[in-house]
Amino acid sequence: MTDNTAPISGQGAGVGRSARAALRVRALGQTALPVLTVVVALLGLWYLACIPMNAAQSVLTASRAGIEVMPESPRDRRGMSGAALALANPGPAVAGAFAQDRPRLPAPHQVAIELWNSTATVSPTSNRSLVYHAWVTMSATLTGFVIGTSLGILLAVGIVHSRVMDMSVMPWAIVSQTVPIIAIAPMIIVVLYSVGVEGILPKAVISAYLSFFPVVVGMVKGLRAPDAMQLDQLRTYAASRAQTFFKLRLPSSTPYLFASLKIGIAASLVGAIVGELPTGAVAGLGARLLAGSYYGQTVQIWSALFGAAILAALAVGVIGVIERVALRRMGLR
Amino acid sequence: MIGASERRLLVVEVGLVALAALLDPRLAMILLIWFAGWTVNTGIARSGTRAAATAVPVIFGITVLILWEAVVRLFDVPGVILPAPTAIASAFAANAPTLWTDFVQTVVKGALSGYLMGCIAAFAVALLADRFDFLRRGLLPVGNFMAALPIVGTAPILVMWFGFDWQSKAAVVVVMVFFPVLVNTVAGLADSQAMQRDLMRTFGASYWQGLVKLRLPSAMPFIFNGLKIATTLALVGAIVAEFFGSPVQGVGFRISVSVGQLALDMVWAEIVVAALAGSAFYGIIAFVERRVTFWHPSNRG
Repeated sequence: MTDNTAPISGQGAGVGRSARAALRVRALGQTALPVLTVVVALLGLWYLACIPMNAAQSVLTASRAGIEVMPESPRDRRGMSGAALALANPGPAVAGAFAQDRPRLPAPHQVAIELWNSTATVSPTSNRSLVYHAWVTMSATLTGFVIGTSLGILLAVGIVHSRVMDMSVMPWAIVSQTVPIIAIAPMIIVVLYSVGVEGILPKAVISAYLSFFPVVVGMVKGLRAPDAMQLDQLRTYAASRAQTFFKLRLPSSTPYLFASLKIGIAASLVGAIVGELPTGAVAGLGARLLAGSYYGQTVQIWSALFGAAILAALAVGVIGVIERVALRRMGLR
Repeated sequence: MIGASERRLLVVEVGLVALAALLDPRLAMILLIWFAGWTVNTGIARSGTRAAATAVPVIFGITVLILWEAVVRLFDVPGVILPAPTAIASAFAANAPTLWTDFVQTVVKGALSGYLMGCIAAFAVALLADRFDFLRRGLLPVGNFMAALPIVGTAPILVMWFGFDWQSKAAVVVVMVFFPVLVNTVAGLADSQAMQRDLMRTFGASYWQGLVKLRLPSAMPFIFNGLKIATTLALVGAIVAEFFGSPVQGVGFRISVSVGQLALDMVWAEIVVAALAGSAFYGIIAFVERRVTFWHPSNRG
């Protein structure tokens, strides 16, 4: 078949092409196109929202520049909503919506430019670089995450092997999931500071305890995943407790481990960011958010927010890749 | 009956307490409390009754509280580092009216109103996504992606837009609960089996009949899962948003101010309020879930 315009999804689709390419193209229509549409729609809504959100400022600028605006006096304009102002002055409102210095809602491209400027054009060690702030937050996140998950796995192992531990600790671990434990973050920072612990450690402690409980709950579920038949079989092999653990329980808990690691790293990142708020930390994404909100630097807030989002997506993505490789090697997927 | 391994454990425990007593009698005291609580629990846990399942965690909690109190008193831990449980309780009792206004400000006005708005909005969008398959395939990956992001970070922006009062907190809560509820509802609505949907079609059921009689009920476990996740997120959002500015009341405001004054007993009292509110909120949703999804295997037997 030489006709390249043949529909890909019709009967006999993909004939004469590589089957894998055809699958790819079809999968593209299955997920990529809808996702792309949703993302584009969201961006469109965002641009649209910029017009009323920034209308007050753009109309004010226009009237200062001598352009005629609808309610003449600023006092009348103050009482009006952004949407009404934008409808009354469509021209100036649209013209001034996307390029303000301190907009109420920065346009997507402004955030993108700020992200680019603060990552690619400044040295990563300068404190104007978002890479530097992201690294400060990420180092605390990772330290806490490693501590929290290690302790969580240890406790889960204890819970699975000791009935008393299970009955005593497990209900509290579950309750802790319903409690906003992040509320103790400011206290941890201040108390650790007053006993002389500074730097990334206090933030790491918060990250650790936020990732600890999801990992405990997930790992207990995972280590209990083998069913009675499998456990009985190992008993017929006269396997010791340690052998049962390493050859059956641990491998079958892997999918649960990765699921809880993903929740844990996201929680850790939130913990590190919130941990930067109360002390007025000078570095880190949380500090950027706080400084931005003090000085009304909205573009800076949005770029820090997107920096945090990219960081979270990267961290979860890395765990996802490790998960896929590990599960495939174990023959679980 | 005491088995050999328990006897060995008892010997080790007595040995440890004796050793600690030589070093520091206070340490021996602490260890004694811990072993006493643990031994009682071991005994009860072995009985395996239903009462044991509630008694054991309660005794464990009480042991930890006594231990905490003992550590603070015996080692003279300053109140600016760790206040004793009794100090926290008395701060709680002395400041009950303040705690109540904080509770109303943060939980009722901020978290609850935002929770309702966010869940309703998510539910409406989920129904739309259910109606239009294209939207579902686009929204589900985006929603899953958003649900993993640190959305608390929107707090400074929303505080800037909606002011310091509860409206901005409710807005943060709306954004935080939206995606988990959306993703769970969409996944739940797609969960019914092809056979069941075919059956509805043979009955000549319209789209809405199929939705109300089949897909909505079978989505309930998923929806409630999302609603339960959202309870905690709602409180987290409302409290953290107050760190970025709030009127002179609210749980998050009081925590950050009291931390600054080193009034840690007050901070802990607020944490107790947040913990009680969180568990109660979750408990209510879980209770409603049991009533609504009484047919689900996890609620039977």
